[in-house]
Amino acid sequence: MGRLLPFIGFVLLAGLLGFGIWWNSSHDPTAVPSPLINKPAPAFVLPRLDNPAQTVSKDAMLGKPYLINVFASWCFACGEEHPVLMAESKTFGVPVIGYDYKDDPADAKAWLAQHGNPYDLVIADPSGHTAIDFGVYGAPETFLIDSKGVIRYKRIGPLTPDVIAQQLKPAIDALQKEAP
Amino acid sequence: MTPELGQLALILALLLAIAQSTLPLLGAWRGNRALMAVARPAASGQAVFVALAFAILVWAFLHFDFSVQYVADNSNLQLPWYYRIAAVWGAHEGSMLLWVLILNVWTVALALFSRQLPEVFLARVLGVLGIISTGFLAFILFTSNPFGRLLPMPPDGADLNPVLQDPGMTFHPPVLYMGYVGFSVAFAFSIAALLGGSMEQAWVRWARPWTNAAWAFLSCGIVAGSWWSYAELGWGGWWFWDPVENASFMPWLVGVALIHAQAVTEKRGSLRAWTILLSLFAFSLSLLGTFLVRSGILTSVHAFASDPRRGTFILGFLAVVVGGSLLLYALRAPKVAGGKAFALVSRESAILIGNLMFTVAAAMVMLGTLFPLLGDALNLGKISVGPPYFGLLFPLLMLPVILLLPFGPYLRWGKSDTPVLKQVLVRAGIAALACALLAAFFVQGQLKAIAGVASAVWVGVGVALYIVKRWREMPRGRRYPAEMAGMLLAHAGVAVFLIGVMLSESLSVTRDVRMTPGQVATVGGYQFHFDGVTQTTGPNWQAVQGVVTVTRNGAPVAVMHPQKRTYVHEQVQTESAVDPGITRDLYVALGEPMDPNHVERAWALRLYTKPFIRWIWAGGLFMMLGGFVSAADRRFRVKREAEAAQTITATVQEA
Repeated sequence: MGRLLPFIGFVLLAGLLGFGIWWNSSHDPTAVPSPLINKPAPAFVLPRLDNPAQTVSKDAMLGKPYLINVFASWCFACGEEHPVLMAESKTFGVPVIGYDYKDDPADAKAWLAQHGNPYDLVIADPSGHTAIDFGVYGAPETFLIDSKGVIRYKRIGPLTPDVIAQQLKPAIDALQKEAP
Repeated sequence: MTPELGQLALILALLLAIAQSTLPLLGAWRGNRALMAVARPAASGQAVFVALAFAILVWAFLHFDFSVQYVADNSNLQLPWYYRIAAVWGAHEGSMLLWVLILNVWTVALALFSRQLPEVFLARVLGVLGIISTGFLAFILFTSNPFGRLLPMPPDGADLNPVLQDPGMTFHPPVLYMGYVGFSVAFAFSIAALLGGSMEQAWVRWARPWTNAAWAFLSCGIVAGSWWSYAELGWGGWWFWDPVENASFMPWLVGVALIHAQAVTEKRGSLRAWTILLSLFAFSLSLLGTFLVRSGILTSVHAFASDPRRGTFILGFLAVVVGGSLLLYALRAPKVAGGKAFALVSRESAILIGNLMFTVAAAMVMLGTLFPLLGDALNLGKISVGPPYFGLLFPLLMLPVILLLPFGPYLRWGKSDTPVLKQVLVRAGIAALACALLAAFFVQGQLKAIAGVASAVWVGVGVALYIVKRWREMPRGRRYPAEMAGMLLAHAGVAVFLIGVMLSESLSVTRDVRMTPGQVATVGGYQFHFDGVTQTTGPNWQAVQGVVTVTRNGAPVAVMHPQKRTYVHEQVQTESAVDPGITRDLYVALGEPMDPNHVERAWALRLYTKPFIRWIWAGGLFMMLGGFVSAADRRFRVKREAEAAQTITATVQEA
């Protein structure tokens, strides 16, 4: 029996590896489930990028669904995402808030001036402290928050036309159907 | 036409591999010498065709044959010729071809240098190697053909991943594969021994030099990979417990155990089943490593393209080779503990403890590597373990090994006297304590550094004492036979490695700074003067190059040129500047300009001083050297004929 142990161990290992192949072909390996989905968004109070004296808070945004798109001028993938947002952000039917993440406000303003501003308003989080509450671990990320302030959808990585058509828009539509 | 010839060569090689894997085994089973005699010519012919295919792929790269998809994907007109050759193994298809080529190199070497082996035994060994080769050639032909055409032919290709355009990367994969694949020889010997059923000790002696050489290659490959990630990735680290690194480290750990277990089995006849099992494990882990890297089921910085078909194929192959061999082991492994008995205080016991530690360490690394997969399987969500897990457990497991190491050569087989061990304990212990106390003054109470000095001196003095003892007691010419010299070199390597790891881990200083030209930053007692950036160009890249002058107390030390390269296809690659030294490395990586429109202004820079980091690789190279020197011992060659004669008689009698 003892001589069979290595073989049994291998059978278990092979089972695990086979599971891995099946799992990876049926799941997106980069998809990380956010523990925040269907949980209230963290409370935030952040200054506007164009007018730091004015702040935007979660409470002020309650009552209608909106999107938060985390970006930064230093972020390479955001540059890829940017033209997509420029083309489609007005078709979402909900306000899109730009969330400038760990960025020098001057750099962000220059970046938006150069590439265009797809956002309805932009809030700035130069220290990145609030972003920790959102579980942001790299820009770009996108959050869909409903009228009660609950996170309903999250995308890590750039939005692409496919992702928008297949995931984001259905999620927005579902929200708007719920709304009375 | 030529690429099609390459494919044809691969198909012919596969047919020969099938012949090599079936006929000799059949012949060995039925006692048919004509069938057994197929092994050698089939192996040589196969090697010729695989080498031809490989040469054709090299030729396609050198002549910019972008009609071959693989060439178009991994090279372009600007890529210098030496990187076009390295590009052959720069991606999946070509590196699998390299894998098979190296397997053929080992097989042919074995066929050439093992004329003394009993015919039946060699037929079985070559047959097993043929099975492995069949699997990989089929894998290449069915899932990863490097000769696939691309129509219409593009005017220019993409690019070899810039990360791979580095001298370290050109020879890291071939050397690493020499190690991985080299374990197939010990594996084949074990299978042949299991199949033959004659548990002669002789096969272990034949297998030993091959195992040592394979392990030495693997050490060299790991050192090269570690050096490359240090110099090229710009993170200043040398080991990340990344799945792909772990994949090469697991067979290495089991290889250490195997080398020592083989010594016990060869000299004392004990631990026979264990030695066989370790041989199976070492190569199985090499295959597992290939699976992990090639199937893409674990995400890693090495992020190779993944394809479920490939994963499924390798898994099936693993099931046949590893599952089959372990089943064979269960059925045929020696049932009775053989060999001479040994006491608690003996070399066997010490080696057994070491073996246990290395095997458990390999299991620990495997568990950590597969943890994300387990998390998915048991529905625990996305989890993974990182450096904290490995960084805690690995040193704990190695502690007994380090403590036992100085006693190793002093311990006798069977039963050892204690007085001489006490003497070593006292001398090495006092030396270690004294050096630790001395070090405490220099390292500002860094416990890790003190422990590093103490452990390195403990091991180093142990080795040195034994060298002196041999010098005094043995007549000239018989003091250090190659086998022992290799052991001493490798053990000294452990001491050197310990210094490198413990001192660089505890005393390194890293600073991220924003510097405008003319500014000075002081890191670890060195002044780094940032003199701004210039533009420079290479064969297929343009770069912004920082100029950093380093001084110490006003005396110039080095002028360093960290670069930020942009390759022809806009990929950006950081090329850090390293000023190497025996007691410290200075390391500068260029970050981003603060304002992309004004590169002449401030930049983000990362500055490091890394004391003794070079000792890490030096230690690894000592271990490698030890492996090669041991493998070259004349004893393994001279006694062979006598042993072979004995075994032939034994087999004949059995039949």
